[in-house]
Amino acid sequence: MYRIPILQMADTLLVTIQVDMQDQMALALQDDLANKISSSGAKGVLIDISALEIVDSFVGRMLAGISGISRILDATTVVVGMQPAVAITLVELGLSLAGVRTALNVERGLELLAQGRRENALAR
Amino acid sequence: MPAEDGIGSVPLRSEEDIVASRQKVRVLTQQLKFSLVDQTKMITAASELARNTVVHGGGGAMRWELLDDGLRRGLRLHFVDQGGGIADVKLALTDGWSTGAGMGLGLPGSKRLVHEFEIWSAPGQGTQVSITRWK
Repeated sequence: MYRIPILQMADTLLVTIQVDMQDQMALALQDDLANKISSSGAKGVLIDISALEIVDSFVGRMLAGISGISRILDATTVVVGMQPAVAITLVELGLSLAGVRTALNVERGLELLAQGRRENALAR
Repeated sequence: MPAEDGIGSVPLRSEEDIVASRQKVRVLTQQLKFSLVDQTKMITAASELARNTVVHGGGGAMRWELLDDGLRRGLRLHFVDQGGGIADVKLALTDGWSTGAGMGLGLPGSKRLVHEFEIWSAPGQGTQVSITRWK
């Protein structure tokens, strides 16, 4: 099975989903990210879904799962680039992705992660 | 358009088939010139129901029909399986009700994404869900 690659840039993991995922592929990504956060000590995960033409409840659950897992592993996940038609459909489907941090694009997502790190540094 | 071109069927036996059914629905909705939001809604609803057919129904098929009632065109999809069926259809249409690891959004969620929704099921006799979206 094709696995979605995870890139590392400093302490941020970057995932760009560019294929119509089979369910197993989504589950494998969740596992791979959990392992990669743990082994690398990454503090941020950026998931770019701008190429996804639909997000159904299975993929939505995977995104919520990754957000929860990363939080427990002391990292922040930001989902970026959701197409407007996908957002409209997701809400009507009944999935508001509560607990998932989102940003409009990669640039804003990286800003959000950097801002979180600065706030953490101040709190220490 | 000849009538035989207006109907068809794709198998739903595996996860690959779920992906293929989504792609088929995209082609059909584009053929009908659905707006991007309407395409996305129909494909998402189809994805939820195709997964139900594979995971809960033990596999089956998606049949599709292009509709034209003289005023508007539409797409109707039938998801058919010969699985264990649903004992309480009304309950299954409730948000949050789930037998598996899902969130129970499949049936009620897909119902909200389409104009017409029909479900027939009986224990031991399988399930058929039909959805229609008009342009």
